[in-house]
Amino acid sequence: MTTTHDVLIVGGGGAGLRAAIAVVEADPRLNVAIVSKVYPMRSHTVSAEGGAAAVIRAEDSIDEHAYDTISGGDWLCDQDAVEAFVNEAPKEMLRLEHWGCPWSREPDGHIAVRPFGGMKRIRTWFAADKTGFHLLHTLFQTSLKYQEIARYDEWFVTKLLVEDGRVRGVVAIELSSGRIETITAKAVILCTGGCGKVFPYTTNAQIKTGDGMALAYRAGGPLKDMEFVQYHPTGLPFTGILITEAARAEGGWLLNKDGYRYLQDYDLGTPQPGPVLRSMELGPRDRLSQAFVKEMEKGRTIDTPYGAVVHLDLRHLGAKLINTKLPMVRELCLDYENIDPIKEMIPVRPVVHYMMGGVSTDIHGATPVEGLYAAGEVACVSINGANRLGSNSLPELLVFGARAGVAAAEFVAGESEGRHSGATALALAQGEDERRRLERDVLGREGGGERIATIRSEMQSAMEQGAGIYRSAEEMAKCADKLRELQERLPSASIDDQSRTFNTELIAALELAHMLDIAETIVHSAQNREESRGAHQRIDFPKRDDERFLAHSLIHRNADGSARVEYPPVTITRWPPGERVYGR
Amino acid sequence: MTNATQARPYRAHMPLGWWLRRRSYMLFVAREVSSVFVAWFVVYLLLLVWAVSRGPDAYQRFLDWSANPIVLVVNIVALLFVLLHAVTWFRLAPQAMVVKVRGRRVPSVLVAAAHFGAWAVVSAVVAWIVLG
Amino acid sequence: MDRSRELASETGRRIAVQVARYRPDRESEPTFQEYEIPLRKDWAVLDGLNHIKDELDGTLSYRWSCRMGICGSCGMTVNGEPKLACATFLTEYAPGPVRVEPLRNFPVVRDLVVDIGDFMQKLSVVQPWIIREDEEPPDGEYLQTPEELADYKQFSMCINCMLCYSACPIYGLNEHFLGPAAIALAQRYNLDSRDEGAADRMEALSSQTGVWDCTYVGECSVACPKGVDPAGAIQRYKLTAATETIKSFLMPRGRR
Repeated sequence: MTTTHDVLIVGGGGAGLRAAIAVVEADPRLNVAIVSKVYPMRSHTVSAEGGAAAVIRAEDSIDEHAYDTISGGDWLCDQDAVEAFVNEAPKEMLRLEHWGCPWSREPDGHIAVRPFGGMKRIRTWFAADKTGFHLLHTLFQTSLKYQEIARYDEWFVTKLLVEDGRVRGVVAIELSSGRIETITAKAVILCTGGCGKVFPYTTNAQIKTGDGMALAYRAGGPLKDMEFVQYHPTGLPFTGILITEAARAEGGWLLNKDGYRYLQDYDLGTPQPGPVLRSMELGPRDRLSQAFVKEMEKGRTIDTPYGAVVHLDLRHLGAKLINTKLPMVRELCLDYENIDPIKEMIPVRPVVHYMMGGVSTDIHGATPVEGLYAAGEVACVSINGANRLGSNSLPELLVFGARAGVAAAEFVAGESEGRHSGATALALAQGEDERRRLERDVLGREGGGERIATIRSEMQSAMEQGAGIYRSAEEMAKCADKLRELQERLPSASIDDQSRTFNTELIAALELAHMLDIAETIVHSAQNREESRGAHQRIDFPKRDDERFLAHSLIHRNADGSARVEYPPVTITRWPPGERVYGR
Repeated sequence: MTNATQARPYRAHMPLGWWLRRRSYMLFVAREVSSVFVAWFVVYLLLLVWAVSRGPDAYQRFLDWSANPIVLVVNIVALLFVLLHAVTWFRLAPQAMVVKVRGRRVPSVLVAAAHFGAWAVVSAVVAWIVLG
Repeated sequence: MDRSRELASETGRRIAVQVARYRPDRESEPTFQEYEIPLRKDWAVLDGLNHIKDELDGTLSYRWSCRMGICGSCGMTVNGEPKLACATFLTEYAPGPVRVEPLRNFPVVRDLVVDIGDFMQKLSVVQPWIIREDEEPPDGEYLQTPEELADYKQFSMCINCMLCYSACPIYGLNEHFLGPAAIALAQRYNLDSRDEGAADRMEALSSQTGVWDCTYVGECSVACPKGVDPAGAIQRYKLTAATETIKSFLMPRGRR
């Protein structure tokens, strides 16, 4: 038995929920459903902390937000996409406010804004330091208003069904019962988020396993700019838990083992007592993470049993500010480090945080596969280029979630019935094949082989070594070989859990398969980009090379499973490539 | 359709002695039971008033009856439960009442203190009337 | 984990973890399985469970995601108390054993996974969205002062972890009770200065299975890991509902 919908959205986080609402508002006759492997309020949007940027102050301008984003992205951003983004962000954020999002306020009742990394003007809206939590819950609760939105909660999508370059639906497993169903649809929007769990130390939740990226890649949707992996400069050492950039925006300092604000040595400005926009601790994330590595090489970081760290000092901000503007930071430090940031410094280090790369889309969220769309961290439009500025990703969910929803709705409405309906005989047959494959090859495996956790942690170690903050041809080649080896070992790894009811080991195996595919695209793209730009830094090619590489890396999967990379140029409209200048 | 299992969720029964499991549940049940004793005191007060209204002999008989050990024990136990009732009520009151003075919320401890204070004043007045 | 990290948090001790197991295709009721794991000082109960699943027994099923106490996935009963597994540390229970069971008052689907469908349905009942008369929203934001934000902020902090439903004996006895989190969420909107929907939510809240089912045990607020104080939300609403009833009795024509 299969079910069918007009628009099917995979992923129920910020982008997915916004897209669903956009579809219904564009055309209430459409039948729309969200399928998510977790309940929507568990989606990783919930852990975003610092804020969401949009121009609202009179002394700010759309062009300046665009310039900050483009220069922050080291000129790899498509400027037409950025222009659309900065234009629509304020409207989307106001819409969230109208829907009840509890944005923090000025005394006069207007929405408050705070400074953020890489931004020349103060334009980051915030809800204390739980912005993502409030944004997600507001979106989710508002989505409940629309009875037209159906949901498949805790269903795991294993395959995108594509026929003749046109998407037909998905195959998904219902976790609670283990049944495997084909869900056909006229259009599919991927909103499955990023893939931080490919690396060992990450701010990301367990669920960030790159599912949508792998699904699209296997179905013929190319991935773009996969080599650009963002390290957030301030994660806690053991858990990788995020300490928001807002802590630095409010005036926090990064100190090495001598108590020295070391960022001044890395062309990021001179230290002032208070925070200065686009300078020092408010520089862009890639540069700050790179500075950490250099400090570590000079032996000026602090050694802990969990590796090297530096100190984030918030003590001078005072208890009142910390308790009002950074309460979650304090809670997290107390719970997970036994440290009170009011009195002690916080040990931090760069950890993987965000994926600039992803499923390649145009500025409407459409992929080259007909009927397939993507929005949010899973997608690469690209507005973030080689490095994302903090507080740009939450508005991205809203702007492109809405765009993809509208585009999908228009696509479906513009079609006639019959020939273009989702449920074709071929699609249903593909669905059956997938069900048999899962039952035979995955569930039907014998025990006694390797553990999934072993393969997973070897992948993560290899990626940290080969695709970290600084890369070299040699290390990347070793990593690529290791990933090949792990791909070969995975099919015989044990799945001891033979139950059909809520089998999380099965899901872990499927997620690991996704992650290995994605990891290979990251390394392959990185090997082929022979320059350093933004978050992709190579010891063997230390300079930015606009002549050869002012272009996106577009990686396609060949029929035999190998990959080929093409270089479509970046769209430049009004901001010709320049030097990224911070602190001057 | 696949041959997946039908999900058969397990529903645990709440045992009859569920309230014995935790100190907070036992306190809660005691608090709820205390309303029975509040009702008893109301009845006792009505009996007292009725006895008084029928004259000094009836009143004396009532006092003799009250001095009976069983009635005495019941009244002592009832007093303890009524005290429990009052104390728990006043301590929980601030959670139901949000009082704001000039835009700022009055701290819970003050709201509770006000309740206890009022109780003390009323008790003092009643004691003065009855004993004084 | 590399050796230096192991040494760091190694206490040299081990702890026994008794985990509830339930596999509906083979058993009709839950059993317990005991595992012995290292007692590391940084490990939350969740880290212990992950160690069991990764190294000892891959068949153990449980929900988790953010590991930082914000997604609400990992609610479980630890030594009889409703807790978030990611925010509860193993060393608190040394020398052990630690007993880990699924959240009480919910049907158990598998091992530590419970069915939360009832709660999901109740969320919609309280209409948790901004309800307003105006046809078109204004061009800018609705103004809301920090004081007005403070009025409902506490009730907006709910992560839907359902520890409160697990702690509530009334919900355990009567699954129709609307419950702490749903009512607190209704209050979050009722008290939001931008909302005008208090009257719309009144029917569900003052029904027999709404606030009046609550007898103020108060355990929900004790269990809440985010300080939402759902018990306070419910008692406040009782006062509101009672006042509204008296007012409508005394002034039948005027609504407010």
